[in-house]
Amino acid sequence: MYLTPKEEKILAGEEGEVKQKALEILVAIGEIYNADRLIPISSVQIAGVSYKTIGDAGIEWIESLTSTKFSVPTTINPTGMDLELWESMGVTKEFAEKQMRIINAFLKLGAIITCSCTPYLIGNLPKFGEHIAWAESSAVCYANSVLGARTNREGGPSAIASAIIGLTGNFGYHLNEMRNPTLKVKVEVELNEESDFGALGYYIGKRVGNGVPYFVGIKSASNDELKSLSAALAASGGVALYHIKDITPESNLVKIDGLEEINFTKNELKNSYDELSTIKEGKVDLVCLGCPHTSIEEIKKIAEMIKGKKVANNTKLWIFTSLPMKILANRCGYSKIIEDAGGKIYSDCCMIITPLENLGFKVMAVNSAKAAVYAPTLAKMDVVFTNLRKCIEIATLGEVK
Amino acid sequence: MRKIKCRKISKGIGEGISIVSNVPISFLGDVDPNTGLIVNKSHPLYGKSIEKKVLIFPTGRGSTVGSYILYQLMKNGKAPSAIIMKEAEPIIAVGAIISNIPLVDKPESFEFKDGERVIVNADHNEIIIYEEG
Repeated sequence: MYLTPKEEKILAGEEGEVKQKALEILVAIGEIYNADRLIPISSVQIAGVSYKTIGDAGIEWIESLTSTKFSVPTTINPTGMDLELWESMGVTKEFAEKQMRIINAFLKLGAIITCSCTPYLIGNLPKFGEHIAWAESSAVCYANSVLGARTNREGGPSAIASAIIGLTGNFGYHLNEMRNPTLKVKVEVELNEESDFGALGYYIGKRVGNGVPYFVGIKSASNDELKSLSAALAASGGVALYHIKDITPESNLVKIDGLEEINFTKNELKNSYDELSTIKEGKVDLVCLGCPHTSIEEIKKIAEMIKGKKVANNTKLWIFTSLPMKILANRCGYSKIIEDAGGKIYSDCCMIITPLENLGFKVMAVNSAKAAVYAPTLAKMDVVFTNLRKCIEIATLGEVK
Repeated sequence: MRKIKCRKISKGIGEGISIVSNVPISFLGDVDPNTGLIVNKSHPLYGKSIEKKVLIFPTGRGSTVGSYILYQLMKNGKAPSAIIMKEAEPIIAVGAIISNIPLVDKPESFEFKDGERVIVNADHNEIIIYEEG
């Protein structure tokens, strides 16, 4: 791989050990994937921020970097708790202390403490064709597909290395030829809301692996629906990029001749809903909305649906979002409606990387296919996957029938 | 003694007794960061220690958190002294770099045995094996 004289100097340690190590990481990954050189990036999203995910070793490594500063705008993923309301979630003091060490280290490094998986909704919004180095698989998929920015699926440490140096290897989805689709998906059923798009993403992700699906037959899709599709494709498969004919920005620029085709009909839609639920009936003690973090529009919808109703006694309704959305929800009165009904809005965290299994919950209802994929393994909980209206109904009844 | 050409991924020179796995390793889950023992019962190296060994395996798998497990092994003095892989991937590469463990991949031939004395000289893209007897 070609390195500039300046990069050679950093590698030789002339700008300190932290930068040297960071560049060693980028060069090694570049060599592995046959990058010809390193290219500048304009923003970074870091994953691996929750103490539940990275543990003591992660804390120690991130703290060891704080003699330097990030060189490009950098936002970070959710943590394992609401940074202000963690006690009301039942998170322990020990966990909270470790979590705050991680936050303080990122603050020293110069990160924006967004603690959200939806950086593109709160100010980290790359432009078409821009090179970025993002971790957080759902945001990677959204940035590549919906925004037309260019990033590989970075890991936590490689995103940190890119934030320090401001570069990434020129390989994978940074290259034109890698952005062509590998599978054509004919959608022959009407998709009406976020959970439908999640079910589609789940089904196709399993079949396409880390390929690039090209969807035809989708007539319209809101940003929230695309957010849901992106998360599901990235969670059930390893998808980092997809195209939807006439909807996503590169759909009419890529090569689509000779692709293998599969169909997604009302049968596949129904089967995906069924497969994503580990139970069909019984008590539900937690309804979680906001994977990825809810937009203000979604919070508004939830408030409209729950207005005047009450969450059942032994059930909790938790909505996860970013701090800016929560503040907007407070201002618009949505938070009050949701809290009057017995629900809670938490920022900075999510249902998957918060230590929910230690809080005594057993069954979770979600409208997110990504959450449904991860809940049984990462949170060790049973899961009901259904649409938003049904999730609200489950919250008020305390059970699924 | 035989020499095998390879590719440097993480710099440095490391020496130790070889321990070979013919299946991938995920540091998150397969290895106990406090003891350096392989703790995944379904792994062929189950119960063995990788501490100060030259660890040889085809490739990595699993979560990117695996990089931090290597770092924790190093902090605990339980890390391997060098790693040889058929094909390196980012999780192990990053873990080796932040932990100062020499790592090479793509050896000319991937024919290794347990219990040999091995020197990995990543800086010279070279593996040196001292055969027993």
